[in-house]
Amino acid sequence: MMTKFLSRNRHTVQRLGFSFITLMAVMTVLPIVGTIVYILVQGGSAISWDFITGFPHDGMRAGGILPAIIGTLYLTIGSAIFSVPLGIAAAIYLSEYAKDNQWTRLIRLAIINLAGIPSVVYGLFGLGLFVLFLQFGTSILAASLTLSIMTLPVIISTAEESLRAVPQAFRTVSISLGATRWQTIRRIVLKEALPGILTGVILGLERAAGETAPILFTGAAFFLPRLPQSPFDATMALPYHLFVISTQVPEMPIQIQYGTALVLLVFVLTMNLIATVIRSRARARRQW
Amino acid sequence: MVDKIVIENLSLQYSDGTESLRGISMGIPQNAVTVLFGPAGGGKSTLLRCLNRLNDLTEIKASSGRILIDDTNILDPKIDVIALRRKVGMVFARPVPLPLSIRENVIYGLELAGEKRKSKLDEAVERSLKLSAIWEEVKDRLDEPAIALSGGQQQRVCLARVIALQPEIILLDEPTSGLDPISTGKVEAALLELKKEYTIILVPHSVQQAARTADHAAFFLQGELIEYGEGKTMFTAPKQKKTEDYIMGRFG
Repeated sequence: MMTKFLSRNRHTVQRLGFSFITLMAVMTVLPIVGTIVYILVQGGSAISWDFITGFPHDGMRAGGILPAIIGTLYLTIGSAIFSVPLGIAAAIYLSEYAKDNQWTRLIRLAIINLAGIPSVVYGLFGLGLFVLFLQFGTSILAASLTLSIMTLPVIISTAEESLRAVPQAFRTVSISLGATRWQTIRRIVLKEALPGILTGVILGLERAAGETAPILFTGAAFFLPRLPQSPFDATMALPYHLFVISTQVPEMPIQIQYGTALVLLVFVLTMNLIATVIRSRARARRQW
Repeated sequence: MVDKIVIENLSLQYSDGTESLRGISMGIPQNAVTVLFGPAGGGKSTLLRCLNRLNDLTEIKASSGRILIDDTNILDPKIDVIALRRKVGMVFARPVPLPLSIRENVIYGLELAGEKRKSKLDEAVERSLKLSAIWEEVKDRLDEPAIALSGGQQQRVCLARVIALQPEIILLDEPTSGLDPISTGKVEAALLELKKEYTIILVPHSVQQAARTADHAAFFLQGELIEYGEGKTMFTAPKQKKTEDYIMGRFG
């Protein structure tokens, strides 16, 4: 009788344990789903063709957010132009050429620490270096450069990881067939690592697209009556626009705030989705 | 018979202190299969990797001596190592098809060497796949990924990839270690055919394979060349006690 009781008890404990773990798992999903649903409900009604393609008017209390959308696109592309080539080059150096010594360990340490710096500090640094010292002014150029410094660590570390994942044997075989190191990298290693590198690039740029602090001092404008004409113009941008209309403008209609948030969210989640698709398709195709 | 390769007093030590070679001197004749055999860690692979300078990729602590191929010292840092590797091809223990199609694998080296003419490349594909005894099995699927082939087929494509460059010397480092007996037989048969044109150096994966294939055989033990001579005599009447013990299976 005693054993029977114990065994039933054990089952109960196990069932309780499982329920608890399942509950925890569900709870991690809740905030994400909650956020999306809430923003969708609050801002969905604001979304219209005019909202996406129009300029704001009536002190931004009405109209669209086109300049902010275009601005965020510019800033994302701008930071990609600087951070992608530089980041991939650095990753190739670290993975393929650099020997494991004090110097490269220092570089890696720097990259890890760079990833941990608060984004507002990047903003201040960008203000000092690009806006003031290099005299780019508060501009798309300065903001893009600041964002690209912030995204570099993500791009470098994911790219390096993808390059290292390519089997060493491919390199040895390629070299033994009369390839130079660079030919081997270009024809075999980069090709195999590309999906992983792209994923890292997108995740990095996604962060750049959503950040407010780094562009706050370097390129974001409160309100502009027209689209930026050159890289030296300041620009409106979705995250900063959201901040402005949520805190700086009295009597702001709530749908416009949440509508803006929704557009930003869709922008970032689309990039995320693209990264996921690239990754899963590459995994299915991979031969090693 | 002419010695294609002359190794003079070659010594080498890796930085991590694993394998090493001590004072190896030997001549390797043209158009024959020379087998390097002995227990693991004896320096066979290290010697192979000296012959195409693949050891350049590894950290070396110290090396001395000379390797002459057609009277040129290939250990000279000034030689064109890319040209050397085109002349001295290598097949590895594990078949490693590059992540490309069968055809692209075979012409990989040729394309890098600057050959662009399609007729030349097609010709090389057919010729080298035939010489490697794999043409019939893959001729209708040349554009499929090489990884889709069986291990034995992959290894013969890897052999074809080396032959396509028309090297003068082919190094094989336990090329059949992962293969079934039938595939092994096919690779060995291909080697017999190939030695008419090429100088072949084989690290076999067993004493039996050494005995089957060797025109000349060299027994390596802990980085030293213990005995070197005719294949036939080596496996029937070895001169050294250590060689005999190894062949008889008393150690190794």
